[in-house]
Amino acid sequence: MSSVKLADITPEIIAKDRERFPRVFSLTVADQCLRWFLWVGGVLVIFYCLNRFGFFSERFWGAFPRMGIMFAQMFPPTGFDQLGEYTNAIGETLAMAFIGSLAGGILAIPFAFLASKNMMPFRPVQFGTRRFADILRASDYLIWGLIFVRAMGLGPIPGIMAIIVIDTGILITLYSEAIENIDRKPIDGIKASGGGRLEVIRYGVIPQVLPVLLSNALYMFESNTRAATILGIVGAGGIGFLLSDNLRAFEFSNAATIIIMIIIVVYGIDYLSKRLRERFIYGDAVLQGHDRPMDRAAAQMKK
Amino acid sequence: MPSETASQTAPMDIVTQFEIARSDYLGRKRMYLVLFWVAFVVSLALAVWHSGFSIVEVVDGLPRTTEFIVRMYSALTIENFYADLIDWFWGFEEWLDALFVSLLMAFLATVIGTTLGGTLSFYASRNLAKNYAVYFVTRRILEIARTVPDIVWALIFIYPFGVGPVAGILALTIHTTGAQGKLFAEVNENIDHKPIDGIRAAGGNWFEEIRFAVVPQVMPNFISYTFWRLALNVQAATVMGFVGAGGIGYELINAVKLLYFLDTGAILLMIICTVFLIDMASEKLRHRIIGKETLIG
Repeated sequence: MSSVKLADITPEIIAKDRERFPRVFSLTVADQCLRWFLWVGGVLVIFYCLNRFGFFSERFWGAFPRMGIMFAQMFPPTGFDQLGEYTNAIGETLAMAFIGSLAGGILAIPFAFLASKNMMPFRPVQFGTRRFADILRASDYLIWGLIFVRAMGLGPIPGIMAIIVIDTGILITLYSEAIENIDRKPIDGIKASGGGRLEVIRYGVIPQVLPVLLSNALYMFESNTRAATILGIVGAGGIGFLLSDNLRAFEFSNAATIIIMIIIVVYGIDYLSKRLRERFIYGDAVLQGHDRPMDRAAAQMKK
Repeated sequence: MPSETASQTAPMDIVTQFEIARSDYLGRKRMYLVLFWVAFVVSLALAVWHSGFSIVEVVDGLPRTTEFIVRMYSALTIENFYADLIDWFWGFEEWLDALFVSLLMAFLATVIGTTLGGTLSFYASRNLAKNYAVYFVTRRILEIARTVPDIVWALIFIYPFGVGPVAGILALTIHTTGAQGKLFAEVNENIDHKPIDGIRAAGGNWFEEIRFAVVPQVMPNFISYTFWRLALNVQAATVMGFVGAGGIGYELINAVKLLYFLDTGAILLMIICTVFLIDMASEKLRHRIIGKETLIG
């Protein structure tokens, strides 16, 4: 390759290059038109929405003083005499998230094998399981919660069921993607040494996918904890019932206490899940990172 | 530590030292594992006891739920398919309108929330924020916006703004701001710093650094996250009506509460189809944008 100096680049060269590679220098006319169309269209849709929902009206702007009053009422938070009740409900929320995540995480495993292309050669079953999972997770937690509450009655069990259903739906997809991404070589090795189908799964697949499965299940536990805090709005157990009750009765200072408790709990679970992920799922890597037995033995040798 | 005292008194051969260190390591690993399982079993027992979870009740409730769902979708007969379909979707226009409101709510919230979150994300990334105080405060604001569930924001905004889509839009906007701000800040923290140095060397100020050095690098990821968030927001907007914050959720919760099984089924079918379509479209667009951008970059 010959080197090009900056001084060598003349306008003629630039013009020639522009002719040869027009897209490097500027967008084509069609692309520019599309871009303009998207921008203008987007802005028009936004204005249509804002206008339709009354963002330009007196009513919208008149609401802000009321919002100020509301936020002023929230502080200082009150309701500490009911703290026992709140803590109880928070515990119920955590219990729902825990049981739901555990059951969902286990239930999704067999379906995930059915839904992955490399484990399920019969394509209609694979495709059908994937779509089944899509249907499970297409509705929100609250919709499933509402249906289960109507069918089974109030309380935390319908909430747990709603969490299980959505957790299973999402985890089938995530698990099966993990299973599809595995390395074939260990499987070939087990097959070559005479392993059967179960042995292939036990020694070839599970060691590879288990960390990913656990990590995804933990991630869903975080997400389920958030969901469990609101499922009470439709009567499916947990802190959500108390929260919506207080907000609907305009008891903003009590609600502030509950919201602060929710924030703390959600943070706590996020932190716990992060630590568990570090400690147990990538545990070996973390432990070996700062504490390798071989290195320590070698260091003691030098002394 | 036994190995250290031993090495001070007498030299030990490397194999013994290694074995000691290894058993030390394995013992600690086993201890953590045992601790984990004990904690796990205790929390499971506590959870089952506290929530009153019983398999009997679940097994008891499942047939009732199945019956509920079957009754939701028992409108159609083969002999009289079209008439049944029309009869089933008697409120189609009304529901479609409510569904459209949900979509618009999600769209508006995604646009405004992403703009706000994207702007704040530059202040919330450690490598770009001008000083630690700005970084810290922005992070905390984004965290609170994200951690409070969107439906709780909706319940809060119902009081000042009244029943209707405005409360839902604001709720989704705040949640989107927090979520996008955090994700975008993570993208910002992983950028290549050489372009920033280049802009700074050429005399650019902070805004020019962001505009010409950071934004071109992070844009594909921002757009991809935005489409993803749009799909999530559509799903969230379908339930905003549960608390009176606009959209199809109001029709759904009424149908369920009044035990209009067929209406519930029809509305749910519409919601699921919409969420499906938006999800698929969003994924297609994301793959296209990321694929295209990586080809150029």
